[in-house]
Amino acid sequence: MDYILVAKNVTKTYGNHTALSNISLQIPKNCIYGLLGPNGAGKTSFIRIINQITHQDSGEILLNGEPLAPKHIASIGYLPEERGLYKSMKVGEQALYLAQLKGLSKSEAKTRLKYWFDRLDIGDWWDKKIQELSKGMAQKIQFIVTVLHEPKLLIFDEPFSGFDPINANIIKDEILQLKENGTSIIFSTHRMESVEELCEYIALIHKSEKILDGKLSDIKKAYKNNIFNVGVQMQKDPRDFLKSLEEKFNILSSEIDPIENQLNFKVQLASRHTGDILTELSKVANINRFEETIPSANDIFIQTVNNKDNGK
Amino acid sequence: MASKLGLIIKREYLAKVRNRSFIVMTVLSPLLMVGMIVLIAFLAKVNDDETRVVSVLNKSSFFQSEFYPSKNISYVHMDNLTLEQAKDSTNALEYYGLLYIPEGKTVEEVSSSAYLFTKDNPNTSITKELEDVFQNQLRQDRLQKLGVTSEQFSTVEKPFEINLSTFDGEKSMRGINEIKAFIGGGFGYAIMMFIIIYGGFVMRSVIEEKTSRIIEVIISSVKPFQLMLGKIIGNSLAGITQFSIWIISASALLFMTVLIFGIDLSALSNDGIMTPGAAGMSQFGGMDSDMMMYAKEIYDIPWALLIVSFFIYFVLGYLIYSSIYAAIGAAVDNETDTQQFIFPIILPLMLAIYVGFFSVFSNPHGPIAVGFSLFPLTSPIVMLMRLPGGIGEGGVPLWQFLLSVFLLIVTFLGIVSLAAKIYRTGILMYGKKPTYKELIKWLRY
Repeated sequence: MDYILVAKNVTKTYGNHTALSNISLQIPKNCIYGLLGPNGAGKTSFIRIINQITHQDSGEILLNGEPLAPKHIASIGYLPEERGLYKSMKVGEQALYLAQLKGLSKSEAKTRLKYWFDRLDIGDWWDKKIQELSKGMAQKIQFIVTVLHEPKLLIFDEPFSGFDPINANIIKDEILQLKENGTSIIFSTHRMESVEELCEYIALIHKSEKILDGKLSDIKKAYKNNIFNVGVQMQKDPRDFLKSLEEKFNILSSEIDPIENQLNFKVQLASRHTGDILTELSKVANINRFEETIPSANDIFIQTVNNKDNGK
Repeated sequence: MASKLGLIIKREYLAKVRNRSFIVMTVLSPLLMVGMIVLIAFLAKVNDDETRVVSVLNKSSFFQSEFYPSKNISYVHMDNLTLEQAKDSTNALEYYGLLYIPEGKTVEEVSSSAYLFTKDNPNTSITKELEDVFQNQLRQDRLQKLGVTSEQFSTVEKPFEINLSTFDGEKSMRGINEIKAFIGGGFGYAIMMFIIIYGGFVMRSVIEEKTSRIIEVIISSVKPFQLMLGKIIGNSLAGITQFSIWIISASALLFMTVLIFGIDLSALSNDGIMTPGAAGMSQFGGMDSDMMMYAKEIYDIPWALLIVSFFIYFVLGYLIYSSIYAAIGAAVDNETDTQQFIFPIILPLMLAIYVGFFSVFSNPHGPIAVGFSLFPLTSPIVMLMRLPGGIGEGGVPLWQFLLSVFLLIVTFLGIVSLAAKIYRTGILMYGKKPTYKELIKWLRY
């Protein structure tokens, strides 16, 4: 597989505090890679190293196969978590300035800004000062400035904070569109809902160490606990049947609708083998639901972090 | 890389120069300055103008025409009244005091029993003036007893001033050293104010980038050092712009004054020995020869050198101090936390001003003046106070001038690299109020 970014044994310490310990990651091209972890885990430290704001104490980082160098700044776009703009500067002027710092020529920057301003429907903000805009409006400008120089690698640190749901959706669609156009994206967050929707790959960083990484679907498979949601409909009151089931299987929870004679329950099987329980059920009831529960990213996140903390 | 630095400098410069307060400051400060001078002059004049009235009750045959009204005192004679009446009238008329001279046979006798009655303790300048009248009369009286006539006395009393000259024969002027030191002091003071004001601008600009959280966006594009340098240079250019505007408008004003009053400046540049009285009375009309000598001396001050070195020392001194200011701005989250760090910066500047005014004025080339004009944290101010004497013979030795500039450059390079380390770490730190210990730790990151 082709990787946009490869980190090998990256370590960073500040005095006595270890921010990153021996982190190795491989981030595939043209995908959205979730960098997950609780606050203070080391995500931002890692991102700052990629952006060459700070440097690792040891280890190596390759961008597109080359060791990270100052020239790569132009091919990375970074939307930091702690972000803002000059309050008393005009929107257009400011966007031009930041784009030029990324190496765009003034005229090129102007053309692209026009395109983006029209696209996000904010064309009439050009001469406004940032202090006249709402927080969400300023976030849109931030987003444009981040993607304007068409970087190969985009890094979003909590991109949706500060957006209302409608604008968050607009930005989410833009991020997906950027991915379609071939950009590789690192997406750092501790909000798991958005991870499910966007990320193909994830890495979980906790207390400066990487504790999990890989394709999200693979990780989910690995985290399946053979728990199934089952719904059956019977001719008679399902109470007795539930009792007999509880003797044979590990029923986690159950609910009964006595009018419809409907029984819903959650069961954890000893293995992936489902034949036994299905045979048992089909003898007396109509099965109207039998579904394996897939752990959410949030479940995986919490479970892994807890396991790690409990020393498992 | 260089173009990025250029972009930053341009932004910082424009952000400063377009700022409304910058424009107001540029226009207003000279007006305020002139206003203040006028006010001080006015107040001094008002203070001087107050003439006190002293009533005189003279029962003796002496001092009949000795009390002339002066700038400070005017006299009212009440010789026909009794002492009590005179006291009452003086009080009723709200005069400053009553001078009572009793009857007597000799000046000595009369003087020793004379009294000055006042409401409160009398002003020393008043008593001095009155005492001088008595003193003078007593001296004449005593000399007369020794056989000296009052004509002889007045020839003896002719005032004397020593003639002054430098070794190369130019007539040197009373007080010209003070004037030179004062002009140098003015420049030195301007540098201190500028370092404090513009250093503060740099610091606030760093804090603004931190609090508005734009800092991380920018340093993902440029190196922190570039940003810091761009900020410092951009602000110093704004400072130079402001100064240039002032100097140009001051020159224009001077030029206009010259045109309006028809002063012939070319006469001032006539070199060589000028004998008082003979020189250019015709050209100068009302201006007396001493005034003209002063004008010439002030004209002879190496203004070009002063202005050029002002810019050199301002830029170098400013670079050193503002990189410290930038580091402080990076270390803190808001302006209120800066106090503890700012005081140690201002200290050497204050020291320079005090040393300048107390030591350089009296001895511009003494060891203390030389030492402080070489030490990089004080040299921008102290050296400028020495420079109105020129460089070379009679002024600052060339080697001292060059050495101080060299030391400033070396110090700048050292301090800016230390400041950059604190800056680099500090700009990404939020919510911590750092201690000195912590800052030193940052130097090692």
